[in-house]
Amino acid sequence: MTQRIKFYQTGTFTVGNRLLDAERRTVQATVDRSNSLTSGHRACQGCGEALGARYAVDAAMRAANGQVIAVNATGCLEVFSTPYPETSWQVPWFHSLFGNAPAVASGVAAAMRAKGRTDVRVIGQGGDGGTVDIGFGCLSGMFERNDDVLYLCYDNEAYMNTGVQRSGRTPPGARTATTPAVGNKPGAEFGQGKNPALIAMAHNIPYVATASIADLHDLEAKVTKAMAIEGSRYVHIHVPCPLGWGSLPRDTMRIARLAVESGLFPLFEAEHGEVTDVTPIRRKVPVDEYLKPQRRFAHLFRQPPDRESISAIQAIADRNIAKFGLLRQEGEV
Amino acid sequence: MLQQIEGSQAIAQAVALCRPEVICAYPITPQTHIVEGLSEIVREGRIGNCQFLNVESEFAALSVAIGASAAGARAYTATSSQGLLFMAEAVYNAAGLGLPIVMTIGNRAIGAPINIWNDHSDSMSMRDSGWVQLYAETNQEAADLHFQAFRLAEELSMPVMVCVDGFILTHAYEQVDVPSQAEVDAYLPPFEPVQVLDPADPVSIGAMVGPEAFFEVRYLAHHKQLQALEMIPRLAGAFARAFGRESGGLVVPYRTEGAKTVIVALGSVVGTIKDTIDEMRAEGTEIGAVKLATFRPFPLAELRAALIEAERVVVLEKALAAGLGGIAASNVRMALRGLSTPVYTVIAGLGGRVIPTTSLKRAFAEAHADRIDDPHFLDLDWKVIDKELARAKERRRSGPIAENILRGLGLVGQKLF
Amino acid sequence: MSMPKRPFAITLDVGSSLANLTGSWRTERPVYVDRLPPCNAACPAGENIQGWLYHAEEGDYHAAWQVLMRDNPMPAVHGRVCYHPCEDSCNRRQLDEPVSIHAVERFLGDQAIRHGWKVECAPESGKRVLVVGAGPSGLAAAYHLRRMGHAAVIHDAGPLPGGMMRFGIPKYRLPRDVLDGEIRRIEEMGVEIRLNSKVENLVGLMNEGGFDAAFVAVGAHLARRVDIPARDAGKILDAANVLRGMETGAPPRLGRRVVIYGGGNTALDVARTAKRLGADEALIVYRRTREQMPAHDFEVEEALEEGVLVRWLSTIKRIDQTTFTVERMTLDATGWPQPTGEFETLEADTLILALGQDVDTSFMRAIPGVVFRKDGVVEVDRNMMTGHRGLFAGGDMVPSERTVTVAVGHGKRAARNIDAYLRGTTHEAPPKHEVVAFEMLNTWYYTDADKMVQPALDMIRRRTTFEEVTGGLDETNALFEARRCLSCGNCFECDNCYGVCPDNAVIKLGPGNRFRFNYDFCKGCGLCAAECPCGAIVMVPETI
Repeated sequence: MTQRIKFYQTGTFTVGNRLLDAERRTVQATVDRSNSLTSGHRACQGCGEALGARYAVDAAMRAANGQVIAVNATGCLEVFSTPYPETSWQVPWFHSLFGNAPAVASGVAAAMRAKGRTDVRVIGQGGDGGTVDIGFGCLSGMFERNDDVLYLCYDNEAYMNTGVQRSGRTPPGARTATTPAVGNKPGAEFGQGKNPALIAMAHNIPYVATASIADLHDLEAKVTKAMAIEGSRYVHIHVPCPLGWGSLPRDTMRIARLAVESGLFPLFEAEHGEVTDVTPIRRKVPVDEYLKPQRRFAHLFRQPPDRESISAIQAIADRNIAKFGLLRQEGEV
Repeated sequence: MLQQIEGSQAIAQAVALCRPEVICAYPITPQTHIVEGLSEIVREGRIGNCQFLNVESEFAALSVAIGASAAGARAYTATSSQGLLFMAEAVYNAAGLGLPIVMTIGNRAIGAPINIWNDHSDSMSMRDSGWVQLYAETNQEAADLHFQAFRLAEELSMPVMVCVDGFILTHAYEQVDVPSQAEVDAYLPPFEPVQVLDPADPVSIGAMVGPEAFFEVRYLAHHKQLQALEMIPRLAGAFARAFGRESGGLVVPYRTEGAKTVIVALGSVVGTIKDTIDEMRAEGTEIGAVKLATFRPFPLAELRAALIEAERVVVLEKALAAGLGGIAASNVRMALRGLSTPVYTVIAGLGGRVIPTTSLKRAFAEAHADRIDDPHFLDLDWKVIDKELARAKERRRSGPIAENILRGLGLVGQKLF
Repeated sequence: MSMPKRPFAITLDVGSSLANLTGSWRTERPVYVDRLPPCNAACPAGENIQGWLYHAEEGDYHAAWQVLMRDNPMPAVHGRVCYHPCEDSCNRRQLDEPVSIHAVERFLGDQAIRHGWKVECAPESGKRVLVVGAGPSGLAAAYHLRRMGHAAVIHDAGPLPGGMMRFGIPKYRLPRDVLDGEIRRIEEMGVEIRLNSKVENLVGLMNEGGFDAAFVAVGAHLARRVDIPARDAGKILDAANVLRGMETGAPPRLGRRVVIYGGGNTALDVARTAKRLGADEALIVYRRTREQMPAHDFEVEEALEEGVLVRWLSTIKRIDQTTFTVERMTLDATGWPQPTGEFETLEADTLILALGQDVDTSFMRAIPGVVFRKDGVVEVDRNMMTGHRGLFAGGDMVPSERTVTVAVGHGKRAARNIDAYLRGTTHEAPPKHEVVAFEMLNTWYYTDADKMVQPALDMIRRRTTFEEVTGGLDETNALFEARRCLSCGNCFECDNCYGVCPDNAVIKLGPGNRFRFNYDFCKGCGLCAAECPCGAIVMVPETI
């Protein structure tokens, strides 16, 4: 048996690696990364969205040789990055409204096309509320017209900017300000919510992917791939919110990781409506491990624990694992 | 070149001559023919690299225009009625961001009850959004105002609505002089935005502004309107010199010399009013009219000057501020503040109700004699009103008013309660 | 006032938030630390194991070897004979298997011999140090003293240098060319070795030779004996002499059946040697169980593979020519063997006693101030100096575990103390950092990577020749093995902190220079510390 030679100490899991070839390191590992979203922003400590935005936009900046225009929906990201008189953005950035970011991005893309600026690439971005709820009409329109925009949704599973109200991405069982943990069925309803990546796929657009800040290499690869494609592209990025989820700021990465490893947030790619690849779970964990460090699920673990709800959440994870084949062995096709 | 042409087609040709770079469209009657015309012109490749986007809503239409404009493209869209209300948030946003978008409003009533015919309820609802509002009297003016609108918008970096009466103008075939591309190019220089999204010179546009600066931003928007007040007559003058005809401007008097009664109105109804005035003048009545070609910014001084000699003023308008009366009338009173000149309000033509010369003549005569009620509802069928009010008084659960009225008029299949 | 370039308030200049110093939000600050990796903490020679692995990971074996040589002059020897307590404490053990540190060390040592790598010495100090004993401790002390610029002269009673490395460890574990190569390198640095020179009058020799200090490191060559009632006993030998005989040209005749009495590593070495010398049967008699055997388990395993037999829980009660009476033992409640009264007999031509060795310190008895323990070893203070000023002792001479690596560690420590003594000061070891526990690591980031297996000689040759049993790693495997290091407690520039900071408050200083926190913007979220794979960042409360 020949031993597969591994040229790295920590594999492709760390941000950088002095032992890796430069071209295989992440954008985030480079000293000359764009820092598209730079210091001094007013995001909470340990904000997953701030990270996700910098990861994604920096990767896009590298892919487009710095020729990027970003359009932002109203939301946390917009508010914490651009309160007058200071902005944290270092790319041309534009904010119009809560529900129109995809359409505005389409407009910017149309302007670039009209001016023959094919080198300039347009990004639309917003939180889950701005994207999958109030902005969904515009998003769908952008998709079906196949406008040349990469739309990035930073999903923290509720309306955080307004004080943690339920969105179409709030998971079943989660406590929010409008799904309080009181009554017979505490937290968000089971059987509600939507999967925008699957809906995006139904538009038959060239590229759809889910990503997580917990897997930077995967995220950057997806953004890079998306940037090489013309037409409508959608990358849905899971970004834990310490404030809204009731988790410790230092646990943001860990919780993002547990979401992936439990199967609750499957990572996959799709082209023209068909799933083309999934990122396998590395070390599967029961959903309890993901739920427990978050106060929004604390009511599930009171004495006696709400085993029925926890099992229902586990069933969701198991269904994802089965549906996407997340426990694929390495080397298996 | 003179053409016998539908108003919408004239507007489409005029817009095309302005070399827009991004056009976004969502269908709503009665503006549809404009964007249909433009889609054809764009498809034929007659506006260079212009992008025509069929969007999913009016909200998206204006949002696409916002994005395009922020990126430095000359952007255009058109809408009517419900569509304007559906994009209301973006209407304010475009103005707040100072984006020089030009939008044609095919003026139409607002439901409920749903109604596709003309009045000014839609554009009047957006009068304080920060957009310039120009009102066209004829199809020629409707076309011409677009050249001025783009130039005004881009010089001041603010959005402009060109309000064109639905059906009455949009669907009417008239003779229109459509200028040549060279003439338009000479009048309308290429778009040079004051700020633009550009990777070579990145900025953040659309910051959140708190109490410490919001007020100033708002004042600056008001100041821009005041600047427009100065610029509109200049642009109209330049237009007249370049094209050899009068279009636009702030206020346009008609036979006001020695007029004791002056009618103030906006849009196509001014034509009917002129005919009425001609008749009444012929009969010896000292009456004239002033056309409000620009409603925002509101030309307070110019209007005051035009009305200063009048003994009374009648404002005829196609919108109703429910609970108050006239919208334009209130603004006109503002122009005449301090004077004792009576200002009568005539609400007319709502939902496409025909405004016949005979009715106007009767109302103006009553006003001229200071016998008119205020506000006066022109040709309102009081019998229907009285009957419905009486019925509603009898029965608490009286059902929808609109349907009851139609039933009363025998317009709905009769069925006994 | 200049005119603003942008429309007021709604348009902002990029990056202007740098004016907003969010560091004021912080209640805890991250701080980079260097912690003591458990391998380094466990190394008796005080090697900076992680330090040299770091270079080996990059394939810079020469740099790795240089770091290694700061602490241990004989990597090729240690890569073979050290019992590597480093690996027992390696945190990777809790992930999959410990890093095979010894295998990489051996690879580096062999590379150095092959390529003739050298170390630098400090300029001559003019001081002279006498070293007694050319074993691991003496050689190490001389080496380190030489690097510090002092002259070192070793006197050894034996015919060849190396001490117990040569006379205690069979060559199938430590090939002599390897040992000779590493000793030669020490000699080539200018260390003088005088063989067959048994020191009788140490103080006199010091005075005669003009030595400023002396280090005594004589090995434990005296075999312990045991009283066994015997009538016409056959051949009884001791293990130390058997092994010594292997090196001095006169292999002992052991006969067909050999019994070895004892349970230490020496018992195994001699049993395996007996097999190689042609004994049909090599039987170890040991009074306790396999678990209690002081010998290392892998050596027991290798011996068993080679056909060595062991009789556990047995004592030799009586010898009658070639017949041995053996009593079965049983363990009492405290785990101590107790006689059972059950006897049996076995036949053997030779008995080899492997019951331990003592050191001969009689030549120092007369030196004023030197204090001895009951078993003959010499008392030293914390600076390894005996009661006689300028006279230092180490290795088997002093109370300690007796391994090559411990001895080499003593040599280094002695050299540092002697150096300080020569300069009229006292050596103070820098305070040790906190040892990294497994829980301080974030092991998510480490790739699953099984240990590289060293090749083993085939069994026929193991039973019949003295060729080296365990082979070395080739370069590819050594490189891979080095890269299994978790770098516990010390930044290895994985860029995680730099990447996971939501506030860009980590400044990357470039290769080899690690990172710096920008406390102007660090909000103290702690993500960097949580996601540091190797536990090199701690959060410290801010004092307000």
